[in-house]
Amino acid sequence: MRRPLTLRIIDSLDGKAWLALGVFLALALVAVPVLHLAVPEDSAFHVSTYVITLIGKIMCYALVAVAMDLIWGYGGILSLGHGLFFALGGYAFGMYLMRQIGRDGSYQSDLPDFMVFLDWKELPWFWSGSDSFLWVAILVVVVPAIVAFIFGYFAFRSRIKGVYFSIITQALTYAAMLLFFRNETGFGGNNGFTDFKRVLGYTVTSPETRLVLFGLTALLLAATLVFAAWLVKSKFGRVLAAIRDAESRVMFIGYNPLWYKLFIWVVSAVLCGIAGALYVPQVGIINPSEMSPANSIEIAIWVAVGGRGTLIGPVIGAFVVNLAKSWFTVSFPEYWLFFLGLLFIVVTLMLPQGLVGLWKKLTTRKEGAAA
Amino acid sequence: MMSTLNRAPDDRPEGSDGIDQLGHLATGELDLSHGVALYLEDITVSFDGFKALNNLNLEIDAGELRCIIGPNGAGKTTMMDVITGKTRPDSGKAFFGQTIDLTRLSEPEIAHVGIGRKFQKPTIFEQHTVFENLELAMKTDKRVWKSLFAWLADDERDRIAETLRLIRLAGEADRPAGLLSHGQKQWLEIGMLLMQEPKLLLLDEPVAGMTDDETMRTAELFVSLAGKHSLVVVEHDMAFVEKLGGLVTVLHEGSVLAEGDLATVQNDQRVIEVYLGR
Repeated sequence: MRRPLTLRIIDSLDGKAWLALGVFLALALVAVPVLHLAVPEDSAFHVSTYVITLIGKIMCYALVAVAMDLIWGYGGILSLGHGLFFALGGYAFGMYLMRQIGRDGSYQSDLPDFMVFLDWKELPWFWSGSDSFLWVAILVVVVPAIVAFIFGYFAFRSRIKGVYFSIITQALTYAAMLLFFRNETGFGGNNGFTDFKRVLGYTVTSPETRLVLFGLTALLLAATLVFAAWLVKSKFGRVLAAIRDAESRVMFIGYNPLWYKLFIWVVSAVLCGIAGALYVPQVGIINPSEMSPANSIEIAIWVAVGGRGTLIGPVIGAFVVNLAKSWFTVSFPEYWLFFLGLLFIVVTLMLPQGLVGLWKKLTTRKEGAAA
Repeated sequence: MMSTLNRAPDDRPEGSDGIDQLGHLATGELDLSHGVALYLEDITVSFDGFKALNNLNLEIDAGELRCIIGPNGAGKTTMMDVITGKTRPDSGKAFFGQTIDLTRLSEPEIAHVGIGRKFQKPTIFEQHTVFENLELAMKTDKRVWKSLFAWLADDERDRIAETLRLIRLAGEADRPAGLLSHGQKQWLEIGMLLMQEPKLLLLDEPVAGMTDDETMRTAELFVSLAGKHSLVVVEHDMAFVEKLGGLVTVLHEGSVLAEGDLATVQNDQRVIEVYLGR
C-alpha cells in the first residue's frame, strides 16, 4: 500500500520533535505576545521590543541556516553566496515597503526619496507593480529562484564542484553587491532602503505589527523544518546524500545529478529569499552590505557550529552565534571577528559534527557509563 | 550484419534518439535481434598524444560472458569509460545492440538503456544502509519529481529482499554499507548492478580483495547470469578467468592483441612476450 503523503509528512518527525515544535510555536504565538502586550513594562516578565526584534531577526537567520544545510549538509555543496538570495528577497519586499511610505518621505513625493535625490522623474520599469503586495510576494520567491536556476544550471552542468563552486558563489554575491552599490542600479545605492512607515497599511513599528511579523517568522521556520525533514527522508533526500558521497556511482545507476542538485539549490535560494523578505520589515533596513562575502561566510559558520547534516543543528547554530554576536558587539565590539574566527577553527578541528554532534557524544557516553 | 551496423546514425529507426533531458529514455529500445550486444569499431582515444585506445575493435554477443585481460595501461578501464559515456572517443563507433549509439548519450542515459558498471574500487553509498543502496539502484523512473514522492511497493521490497539473499547480505540489510568488509562491499556493488536489471554488465576487477571462497562463489554467480545478460569482466586473477570459461580478449597498448579461449590465448607467443617482456 502506498502511504498517503500527509501521513508520510507526519512520519518524517518523531514524537519528541513534534512536541518540541509545538512548544516552540506556543511560545512564539501565545507566550511572547501576552508577555509583550499584557505584562507591564517594569515587570521582570515583560518581553521588550528589543528582544522581539532580536529573536525575530535570528529566526530569519535560522531559516537561512536550514536552507544552507539542505544544500551543504545534505547535498555536499558549500555555497558562500547565500547572502545574495537573502538580500534579493529582502530588496524585493523592500521595494513594496518603500512604496508604502507614499508621500510621507522627506521630499513628499510619490517616488522613493533616493529617486528624488537622483532627480529621477518616474519609476524605472522594474519598479512597476511594486505597490502591489501580491506582486512583490511573487517577486520574493521568483527572483531568487530564477537567479539560482540560471547560475546553478550552468555551474552544475559544467560539473563545477567543491572549492571551485564555493569561490564562484562568493564572486557572484560580491559582483551583485558592487552592482547594488551603484545609484544607477535603482535600489538606493549604498544606503539601500530604510525609513519604512507601513506594511499593508499598518504602522511597521507598532507592537501589533511587530508581533504579527514575529509570529509569521516563527510559523515559517516551523513549516520549513517540517518540509526539510520530509525532503531529506524522502527518496529524493537519499539520492541527494548519495550524490554527496559518490556522485559517479549515482550517475552510473541512472540518476542525472544535475536536476537533483538544481532542485535543492533553487529550493534553498527561495527559502533564503523568503527569510530576507521577513527580515527587512523587522530590522527596518536593507542595503548592499547584506551581499558582502563576509555575511555569506557567516551563514556557513552558523551551520558548522550547530552541526550540518542535522536539521535542528543549523537553528541552534544561528541562535548561539547571533546571541553571542549581539552580546559581543555591545560589550567588546572590537573582539567579535576574532571570536568568530576562533569559533570556526575550534568547531572545524574539534567538533566536526557541531554542537549537535557534541550533545550526541555526551549522551551516548552517559548511557554507556550507566550500562 | 555489417551493413546494418555501419549505417549512418541518421537513418537509425525513429525514436532511438528520443531521449529527454532528465536522463530518462523516452522511446529508443534495445535491439538485440542480430545477436550482438556491444559493438566497438575503430575506437581511438588519446590523452595528450598518448593513445589509450588505438583502433580498438570488439564485439560482444548477446548473453555472452567475455573476459578482458591485459597488462596495466592496456586500455581496459578507458574502454569501459567509452562504453559508459564517461570518455568520448576521438573516432570510431560504439553501439549497444543495433540501434543505440553510445557516443551520443550521457552516463545516466546509458545506465537507463541497460548498461551497468562496477568500478575497480568498490563504489557504494557508505552512509546509506545496505537496503537503501539496493533501493537507490533499483530500475525505476529516476527523475526528481518521481523521487520526491516515491514509495516502495511490496513487489519492489520483495525484489530487494531477493537480491539481498543472492548477495548473502540479508542479515546486514539495515547496517550502514560503510561497515561491510571489502568482499561484502564488492558483492553489494554487484547486487546494485543486478537491481538495475541491465542487459550488459561491465565488471572491473570484481573479485579484487575477495577470499578464495568468495571468488569462487562470484564466478558461479556470473556464470549463472550469462545467457540472460551479457557480461564483460576485466580481471587479473587467472584462476577466476579459467573458472568463468568463455572467450578471452587480450588488450595491449589500446588494441586487441589476441582473442580465443584461455588455453589458446595463454599459449600465444605474442601474449607471452607482452606479459613476460615487462
